[in-house]
Amino acid sequence: MLTAVIALGALALVAAFGLAVAARAFAVETDPRIELVEAALPGANCGACGYPGCSGLAKAIVEGKVEIGACPAGGDGVAEAVSKIMGVSYRGGGERMVAMVLCGGSDQVAGKRFLYNGVRDCSSAALIFGGDKNCRYGCLGLGTCVGICPFGAMIMLPGGLARVDPVKCTGCGKCVDACPKKIIKMVPARRAVHILCSSHDKGAVAKKACAKACIACGKCVKTAPQGAIKIEDFLAVVNYDVEIPEETAGECPMNTIVVRKEGTSDTGFLDSVAAAGGDAI
Amino acid sequence: MPKLVLIIISAVLVNNFILQRFLGTCPFLGVSRRVSTALGMSGAVLFVMAMASVATWLFYHYILVRFGLEYLQTIVFILVIAALVQLVELVLQKFSPALYKALGIFLPLITTNCAVLGVAVLNIQKGYNLIETTVFGVGGALGFGLAMILFSGIRERLDMADTPLPFRGTAIGLVTAGLLSLAFMGFTGLVKI
Repeated sequence: MLTAVIALGALALVAAFGLAVAARAFAVETDPRIELVEAALPGANCGACGYPGCSGLAKAIVEGKVEIGACPAGGDGVAEAVSKIMGVSYRGGGERMVAMVLCGGSDQVAGKRFLYNGVRDCSSAALIFGGDKNCRYGCLGLGTCVGICPFGAMIMLPGGLARVDPVKCTGCGKCVDACPKKIIKMVPARRAVHILCSSHDKGAVAKKACAKACIACGKCVKTAPQGAIKIEDFLAVVNYDVEIPEETAGECPMNTIVVRKEGTSDTGFLDSVAAAGGDAI
Repeated sequence: MPKLVLIIISAVLVNNFILQRFLGTCPFLGVSRRVSTALGMSGAVLFVMAMASVATWLFYHYILVRFGLEYLQTIVFILVIAALVQLVELVLQKFSPALYKALGIFLPLITTNCAVLGVAVLNIQKGYNLIETTVFGVGGALGFGLAMILFSGIRERLDMADTPLPFRGTAIGLVTAGLLSLAFMGFTGLVKI
């Protein structure tokens, strides 16, 4: 009994001493600011900055390889916190961008061409004749973007449409890359009027496929301020540099133009989705 | 030499640490969501198992046996392995930051893993010499890696599959692990060692 205690005690002492010496001998000098900056970053490791994770970006910021506001997800708040740690002033960056799914064709509105029964993933569904949706530009509704969002800012409506919560969205752009249909675009958060369609089909074709498609009638172009909306290849596209009055939305004969205000709160967003029967913007 | 080959085959297929001995199931279920993390974990296990086998064998034969303290085997092995992994982590961080980055987060996870301790104890039980011990340690880790990579590959696909709601997540993971273990039972009797 005593031998066992002494033997183990001695072994533990030797090991502890050895580790203490080793910790001194092999100590690696790291800049303490790296840890502080990393703590200030969002910590979602989304990779939008081009580095593998937040620790990679923190190292690059401290080493001066990138600018203070290099975290696209964090926005001004994070940039200011980082600038305090680094002791430099931050002028404020560009405007806040959020992702938006430019499609209004839920299953009730657009319908399916055939029964897709494969892997529940948009990229894989898109490989089969461009997906099962009537409209070949539309949201496939399998939620690849929802699954990839590191901030939980996306939801899948019951009607098979992905939607972004503009409050939670940090603008990292992962969903933009993930969407095989390329219908998710980054839009300025302060702009309210959006055209929820990505179909470049001619008016008659688009209308047949989806009851909310842009038919390129050009009515909104005439109503909106000069240069705010233009028709590109049978699709009306918003120029976000120009502010569009909200009344323009009412002009659209297909109800494709919607108003989404910046201040939609977290819960308010989901509630509004539920209130609209899963058909909200 | 043939015995060494048999030891490897036995450790990888017939007496696979995870699927036949049911050691190390914690990382098997914990870090098998992605193939890349499973690979990292397997690399770290390979590293630690090989070293732990050698270190504990030397420790047992040159210190414990000499002082008649064989009955302290288990507790001493845990201590030796834990200290060794800590030391290796420090050395890696200093001299090979790339390797440290790849294995670093996994090393502390396996300091007290039962598969690693199992290798050390089995080496003594089976009366292996130093070379056989090393080979058994490496073989055991290869078997661990094989099981991890197979399992994580299946799980990655399961994520995409339309699993029935009550089975999603851990439930289907455990079912898969059971089936994989059953499949490995087909190797029983391939090698008698």
